[in-house]
Amino acid sequence: MKEEKLTKGKVAGVIANLVMVDVDGPVSQNEICYIKLEDVKLMAEVIKVLDKSAYIQVFESTRGLRIGTEVEFSKSMLEVTLGPGILSRNYDGLQHDLDKMDGVFLKRGDYTSALDSEKKWSFKPLAKEGDSVTAGDWLGEVNENEQPHKIMVPFKLEGKFKVKSVVDKGEYTINDTIAVLLDSKEKEVAITMVQKWPVKVPIKNFKNKPRPFKLLETGVRTMDTLNPIVEGGTGFIPGPFGSGKTVLQHAISKQAEADIVIVAACGERANEVVEIFAEFPEIDDPRTGRKLMERTTIIANTSNMPVAAREASVYTAMTLAEYYRSMGLRVLLLADSTSRWAQALREMSNRMEELPGPDAFPMDLPAIISNFYSRAGFVYLNNGKTGSITFIGTVSPAGGNLKEPVTESTKKAARCFYALSQQRADSKRYPAIDPIDSYSKYIEYPELQEYLKENVGEDWVDNVMMVKNIQIRGKEASEQINILGDDGVPVNYHVDFWKSEVIDFVILQQDAFDPIDQSCPIHRQKYMLEKVLEVYKTEFEFGSFEEVNPYFKRIINEFKQMNYSEFESEGFKRHEKELHTIIDEKKTA
Amino acid sequence: METKAFQKIYTKITQITKATCSLNAEGVGYEELASVNGRLAQVVKIQGKSVTLQVFAGTEGIPSNAEVTFYGRPPSLKVSDDLAGRFFNSFGMPIDGGPEVEGEEREIGGPSVNPVRRKQPSELIATGIAGIDLNNTLVTGQKIPFFADPDQPFNQVMAMVALRAKADKIILGGMGLTNDDYLYFKNVFDNAGALDRIISFVNTTEDPPVERLLVPDMALTAAEYFAVDKNENVLVLLTDMTLFADALSIVSNRMDQIPSKDSMPGSLYSDLAKIYEKAVQFPEGGSITIIAVTTLSGGDITHAIPDNTGYITEGQLFLRRDTEIGKVVIDPFRSLSRLKQLVIGTKTREDHPQVMNTAVRLYADAANARTKLENGFDLTDYDERTLNFAREYSEKLLAIDVNIDTDTMMDTGWELFATHFKPEEVGIREEFVEKYWPK
Ligand SMILES: Nc1ncnc2c1ncn2[C@@H]1O[C@H](COP(=O)(O)OP(=O)(O)OP(=O)(O)O)[C@@H](O)[C@H]1O
Ligand SMILES: [Mg+2]
Repeated sequence: MKEEKLTKGKVAGVIANLVMVDVDGPVSQNEICYIKLEDVKLMAEVIKVLDKSAYIQVFESTRGLRIGTEVEFSKSMLEVTLGPGILSRNYDGLQHDLDKMDGVFLKRGDYTSALDSEKKWSFKPLAKEGDSVTAGDWLGEVNENEQPHKIMVPFKLEGKFKVKSVVDKGEYTINDTIAVLLDSKEKEVAITMVQKWPVKVPIKNFKNKPRPFKLLETGVRTMDTLNPIVEGGTGFIPGPFGSGKTVLQHAISKQAEADIVIVAACGERANEVVEIFAEFPEIDDPRTGRKLMERTTIIANTSNMPVAAREASVYTAMTLAEYYRSMGLRVLLLADSTSRWAQALREMSNRMEELPGPDAFPMDLPAIISNFYSRAGFVYLNNGKTGSITFIGTVSPAGGNLKEPVTESTKKAARCFYALSQQRADSKRYPAIDPIDSYSKYIEYPELQEYLKENVGEDWVDNVMMVKNIQIRGKEASEQINILGDDGVPVNYHVDFWKSEVIDFVILQQDAFDPIDQSCPIHRQKYMLEKVLEVYKTEFEFGSFEEVNPYFKRIINEFKQMNYSEFESEGFKRHEKELHTIIDEKKTA
Repeated sequence: METKAFQKIYTKITQITKATCSLNAEGVGYEELASVNGRLAQVVKIQGKSVTLQVFAGTEGIPSNAEVTFYGRPPSLKVSDDLAGRFFNSFGMPIDGGPEVEGEEREIGGPSVNPVRRKQPSELIATGIAGIDLNNTLVTGQKIPFFADPDQPFNQVMAMVALRAKADKIILGGMGLTNDDYLYFKNVFDNAGALDRIISFVNTTEDPPVERLLVPDMALTAAEYFAVDKNENVLVLLTDMTLFADALSIVSNRMDQIPSKDSMPGSLYSDLAKIYEKAVQFPEGGSITIIAVTTLSGGDITHAIPDNTGYITEGQLFLRRDTEIGKVVIDPFRSLSRLKQLVIGTKTREDHPQVMNTAVRLYADAANARTKLENGFDLTDYDERTLNFAREYSEKLLAIDVNIDTDTMMDTGWELFATHFKPEEVGIREEFVEKYWPK
């Protein structure tokens, strides 16, 4: 490789954070460059090249920028730094460590390093001299907050390598050489614990990506029971403002059966990120016996942070997820809200005067979204181990109307659809996931059905299907009652409606702020579902429709008390007994 | 704002549109302030030698040989304790006849707080209004708008909330305020003996609309001074943000930007978020709380302005006239304070969440019963009871003229439950029913 000098340029125009630069050499699309504004360097990315002019989007405010200011191109695309020490960090959208920055306010160009170069990690070799390896293969392991963090052959290395040496078990910093590899020409390559990877390029060092088939427990009944998501699955949560997207995502992040949680706070409220900062270090993680924060990484580009970095933030998060997946870990990736990312694309596209698509979003929005979702998935690594990225994004449709480009494009890309309904949110039926409109494509997968039969119960899938039907019947009954009046329909319409209400109140609704009810393990979900179906299958006798409502209210009340009680505790059993007494009152012999 | 003596004066304008003018100039910084024949303007675009200025007061009558000078800095405000008790226009110049304020000059619209340097809000703001304190509890560091039709008394409610909130400073950012409303605020604050805690930045209907774009940033720069430098609790009132957004759309349309929904600029979300996200609780004790007004047209909250606002703020307070009791109430369905979770049941009595939720659910049942009634159907005994409950609930708790403490609000809730329902009909945690259900 011959030494090339770095391209330089001068600012020739400024419109908000779009800057035109006259360049003196070659530049490439998505190349990173730095504007030297007084004593700081502002990071920017090339998004269009026209003759000698590069159009760059600046990841910072351009206030005070002048014509002629010098720009230096870096030759590399936007990259993240990968190595031990990512967990429990709070990064901005470009992976700068927020905790390392000085002062209360963010300062332009204050770019802090992602990892700690001083810290010593206790390294344990996994490969040995003479092993033949390729990119992504495991050379060793360090303990990162109780997670087995694999040190891998850098993803950028192409071709086959032979291990010349690996250091012994011991304490090393991320920049120490821990292995030396030989390429096909016997040239030595020194390996440290850090590597870089461009965020817009998927990491593909795995053998294959089968259809996902394992239930990912979230502890949220209406998801796990009705519309389950799987390890390596994709889902999205559209809903008008205030309908509960963020609360639901936070619940999932706290409870889901994942090894690593990555939260991308993308263009949303800073106080919501603060909530995570405040809560996660306090939440016990039953699996490691430590705190949830220790296996969590937060990428925060809140709505007041620079817009261009918002677009980068979701890619940064996804790349970190791919890194941990390559270690054979189960990663849960959450992005709130992908609409803000799409809006960032729109702002830039408009500034560049590109031909707009629907609602002024860029024409290629559907492709961008589906490419992104396709990076999630369950994989078999080259060594036969498995890893996964389960991705759930929220969507904030303008005016709450689902017929808009971001929702429609996402619907094509994601396999689970958790539609939050304004009406349910208004009547405080949380989580407001609409039981009829929402779906999980995975429940149709024979692989998952098999898995559920084996791991949850033989009748589980049939029961779930039954519940879905009951919801539809209940809705039909309620419509008839509304049209014809309470006494204009047979009493059994009321019974059908109230049986579906029992399911709604007991299974679908769940109090995210109640210490017990907030998380419901699958075996408890199964118990409750069967109990509810028992009520459903019972034939009741009522003198008139007026008896129906108060009676089922009592049933619901006992069920709710059960939900609020520790599973199988004294109180739980007492309410269960009371429930049966009530059932027996009206049961036809 | 004085120009410096050595500054170059340009006199050749190359293009004039309704909101902007362009000229050839050198060494100009992006977002720099300028003056065009004495009218304030700001750099919005630089393309080679050509600089485009947005003229706040509009370009009517601007000649092509207008005198243009550049200030060499973005818009700023001089901050010091002397701001207290003063009234300013959109540019931060006194309109109360008093002297200019001396102090440190700070750029407005400055950087954001590093999220890791924020503290989770946790201090309850008591207003005495149950529609707020019981159902939509506010905390310091929160940002929340009133959603209201233009004919509703939002400014009155806001002034009342501000005065009861026990803030160290109240900063009023008035945008498109009628002169009457401006005088109203002045009067109310004066009568309450609070003028020395109030700072106002006011753009009235008589001022050019584009000038309003500076008001929130002026107000918030002053707020940051008191909250950061002085560790004070600052309450910022922004009314009416719909008129602010309208000014944004005027500018972007005149600059030929591609409009998105409702002819608003595609950046509306980011533009509004930059303002509202200035609300913050600092670890050192200072805080900025923003209470805003977003007027609706015909109650439509799907319009781009309230819609984007709702996605940014931590809830909204919805004013509605309840014809049944003939009063304005805070609508429990559409209103929401998202930060209430941080205080209810912990900083307030343990039964708070359940009382709040149950009452709203019963109120929803009443709404269903009312629909039935309107469709000409018979009501059940339960329906009748929910309707009676709803009427009393509205009168005793939702109306904006309520002024009681939070415990009394909860006690009132329990009384209403007990008057109209049986314990098993309300579905509240048993332990609370045992403890609080009136015997
Ligand atoms: N499961 C739940 N249990 C109880 N309350 C809930 C639940 N989900 C949502 N809420 C209530 O709804 C409020 C809004 O929820 P959330 O912040 O998640 O909405 P959102 O859909 O993310 O809105 P936005 O799009 O504006 O960010 C919460 O502050 C809380 O009061
Ligand atoms: Mg949210």
